[in-house]
Amino acid sequence: MPTRELCIAAFVVAALACATCAQAQSPYGIGRSATPAEIAGWNIDIDRDGNNLPAGSGSVSRGHEVFDQQCASCHGAKGEGGVGDRLVGGQGTLATPKPVRTVGSYWPYAPTLFDYIRRAMPQNAPQSLSNDDVYAVSAYILNLNGLLPADATLDARTLSAIKMPNRSMFVGDPRPDVKNPACMTGC
Amino acid sequence: MLRQPRLQEALRQDGSDLVGLVSCAEWTGVSLKLVLQEAGLQPGAKWIVAEGADAAAMTRSIPIEKCLDDAMLVYSQNGERLRPQQGYPLRLLLPGFEGNMSVKWLRRLRVAAEPTYSREETSKYTDLMPDGSAREFTFYMEAKSIITRPSGGQRLSAPGFHEISGIAWSGHGKVKRVDVSVDDGKSWQEAQLQEPVLTRALTRFRLPWHWNGQTAVIQSRAIDETGYVQPTLAELLAVRGDNHYYHNNAIWPWRIAADGEVTNANA
Repeated sequence: MPTRELCIAAFVVAALACATCAQAQSPYGIGRSATPAEIAGWNIDIDRDGNNLPAGSGSVSRGHEVFDQQCASCHGAKGEGGVGDRLVGGQGTLATPKPVRTVGSYWPYAPTLFDYIRRAMPQNAPQSLSNDDVYAVSAYILNLNGLLPADATLDARTLSAIKMPNRSMFVGDPRPDVKNPACMTGC
Repeated sequence: MLRQPRLQEALRQDGSDLVGLVSCAEWTGVSLKLVLQEAGLQPGAKWIVAEGADAAAMTRSIPIEKCLDDAMLVYSQNGERLRPQQGYPLRLLLPGFEGNMSVKWLRRLRVAAEPTYSREETSKYTDLMPDGSAREFTFYMEAKSIITRPSGGQRLSAPGFHEISGIAWSGHGKVKRVDVSVDDGKSWQEAQLQEPVLTRALTRFRLPWHWNGQTAVIQSRAIDETGYVQPTLAELLAVRGDNHYYHNNAIWPWRIAADGEVTNANA
């Protein structure tokens, strides 16, 4: 995948750089190329296929421990929700009048779980969990949703291989889809 | 947000943010297209993944067509440097797109062949339909309008002349026309638009009205330069159901009581 980085330094728009472009392409000659090491230091994006997932692994049982310590106070002891989102259950409810949107019922891609937990959770200390613990918590949440056995261990390969049950239900934007005839009189 | 509210439930609440979810300001910055030309885009560049420096390092994916059109990297708002809560020192601005994509505290742009499918763009900013399918990458905000005077919380002092006034906007361009009804949608009249009418910007409309002192329901509907007409809530619910939230652009009615009190007619 052709991927290019623009590292925009805070305060200085001009201090942008890209990894591979030739300076000759640059009409204003501003900035410099970011080094691969600089990009690696910034880029924690995981795509839907699991590309860029780090080394490491975590078990469901370890995830249970981490979840109890780091997550349960907001998301509930079993992921049933609290001040934080409900994470578990809801499969089969999306086409009903009271849909329950959770990781298990709604999320289309399992690697997104790793991406989001690592970058944003726990809310009071994002990016404080080790990669192993992020794998472990991801494993536990998937286990609570019936998507991973209790004795499983998750790593880059096994996380990327999980097919989420709602994956095929996402569609593109069909709008404009609602028509108002703009009646003026006798409506 | 603990759970996704249902649309009708939210609309019944007074003070609901569903009246608008909109803002309009004067922005100063650099065209993102210029920055990308400076960097040099490779063939196959289809999306740009923007990441904020907020605690959650929020990421959203933006189609390259928007990035090469009117997207901006902005550092000033209404003539002053961005305020901290508005994304200082630098944020994206994507006119007409849902506001969450105008990533604040911007620290990184990654050019890619595919979206990143982040948590926001898969589990939050998707629209669940009655059949259980969910629309993804629903970026544009369609035409909408609201009457701001008279509006909820206000009271008409006495029967007689009252100017009806409000704002209209469209993520797809300029507002072409705004119609106003003062008889619960039975008939509509074209309002006057205040110049200049700018693309993807709030447009003021006005209609002189003589209130006879009886109960009334007043409402407005916007029509944009693509010919799109703002729908009624019933029309919108009939197609999209009740389990979505962010792209509600339904007509908003206000009820005026005989004593002049103005309240939410959806309540």
